[in-house]
Formats: sequence, C-alpha cells, structure tokens
Amino acid sequence: MKRPGEPVQTVKLRRDAALAGLVERVPFAGFLGVCLDRRGDEVTAILPFREMLIGNPMIPALHGGVTSAFLEVTAQLDLAWTLVRDDVDAALQSGSAAPDLSGFRMPKTIDFTVDYLRPGLPRDAYARARIARSGRRYASVMVEAWQDRRDRPFAQATGHFLIRPADG
Amino acid sequence: MAAENLEERLKAFLEILPYAGALKLRLAGFEPGRAEIEMPYDAHLVGDPETGVLHGGAVSALMDTCGGAAVMSHPDTGFITATLDLRIDYMRAATPGQMLVAVAECYHVTRSVAFARATAFDDDRAHPVATAAGAFTVSLPDGQVA
Repeated sequence: MKRPGEPVQTVKLRRDAALAGLVERVPFAGFLGVCLDRRGDEVTAILPFREMLIGNPMIPALHGGVTSAFLEVTAQLDLAWTLVRDDVDAALQSGSAAPDLSGFRMPKTIDFTVDYLRPGLPRDAYARARIARSGRRYASVMVEAWQDRRDRPFAQATGHFLIRPADG
Repeated sequence: MAAENLEERLKAFLEILPYAGALKLRLAGFEPGRAEIEMPYDAHLVGDPETGVLHGGAVSALMDTCGGAAVMSHPDTGFITATLDLRIDYMRAATPGQMLVAVAECYHVTRSVAFARATAFDDDRAHPVATAAGAFTVSLPDGQVA
C-alpha cells in the first residue's frame, strides 16, 4: 500500500532503522561487531573479520566461542525481527516514523546446540536463521553460517528461545 | 608431560588466544581431565541492557574454551583439540556484576573423540547459570604416533 508523500525508499530506510535499533539493544552484538543486512524479508547477519575474533593464532581460525556467539546472536535477532516486523510495518503504514518497540522484550535463549563443520577462516562470515516454529512462549530456530561459499557452511546450530510477553 | 608443565603451557596458550584475551579468560584450576576458567563481568558482554545480564554468546565462549581445556588436560589426549559440537543449556540469568566460573570435566576419551561437560556458576555455587556438553577432536599425547 503506497501512501502519497511516503516514498518507498523512506519506508525502506525506516524499516532498516528499526532493524538496526534491535541490534543496538544487544550490547554483546556490538562487541562482536555483528550487523544485519535486510533484503526484502530475508535478513543476513554479517560478522566483519577482526583480529580479536581469532582463537588459535597459529592456525589461525575464528574462536569456537565467536562462531557460536555469532550464530546465537543471529538466531536471537532474526527471531526478534520476525516478532516485531508486523508492528513495524503497521507503524510505518500509519505514517509514524519510528515504531515504539520499548515494550518489546528480547527473546531469551533456553538452549543452543552448535555443530562446528569446518574451521572459521580469518575473514568475514555470514549467517542466516530460519524460524522453524514460533509459538506463544517458545520458538525453535535453525541457523547456518558460511564464508566464501554459501553451500559450504562452517557451522550450523539449532536453539530454543523463550518469547517474553511485554508485561512478563 | 608433567601436569604442572601442561598447566603452564595451557595458561600461556590462553594468553595468546586473541578472543580469550578479549573476554579476559583466565585458567583458575587445572588437573588431569578437569579445568576451571574464569570470565570477569564486563558491560560489553551484556545481552540485555535493561537487566545487565550477560549474553549467552559470551557464556558459550567460556564453556567452549573450558571444555577444550579439560580435553587438553586429559592424559590420553594431546595438546590440540577442536570442538565438534557443543550444547548449552541456560538455567538462569547470571547475576550482573559477578564473575562467571566454568568447571569442565573430560569424562571419556576414545582414539578419535573426547567427551566433556561443563557447568558455569556466578557467586551462587548452589545454582548453575548454565551447563554444557560437547564432543571434541582428539590428538595423541606429545611424542606418540598413531
């Protein structure tokens, strides 16, 4: 639905601002340097390479804790985005510049299982999540990370999250 | 290799890992098949600024490193290991401001795979913050060939 005086590009920027606002609510995501790239309804998390993320400098490879943290942050933020997306769109449709997400509570990790498939190379990494199920209280999320080739993931994970009501 | 020697080597090893340095991980306890690693509280590692609770991703790095250290400390393995998989269960939020301590035990080793489990605590030692279980690759102890 297109509104006069509300160019599509403006809506896109505001939607991206809402997404960036979610990332900012997780200080640890900033510590890792994770940012999100949205193309339509598909969100890709990006972990720009930095020396700090190296585990063993002799190999050198990303630290396993970096890999699992990147996957967990991606799963959590993708789930959060899915949960607020309708509210963001509704706010944008009604002409409001910034949807109010102050009542939104970040999903909490219940458990997280990571498979390390290959060493993480000292370069940028990407990850995408898929919400397998999102119910009233619990969500199950799958996530995969890759570097040079999308069809050669270096890690995959599945996790369960607790979705917290705004008053909970 | 003597255990004290291995402990020194592991301590030095932790110091040169850039990410372990970024999280300020420190080897606090060490015996064959068992390791203890501390991670001080840091505002950068917070998941939710409203509560100040550490993010799970920070806890998982602690668990992964501690599990790997327990595997390295086991007499039947060498000094090189990689995590095959790791499952973490988050029991409760870590109390903001408190140091986390992970204790890991390598409880079974085959020729190819080592199994380790870990528990993380804050100051309340009666109620774990998180538990983890993982499988790790095995290298042979120094000087041995397959």
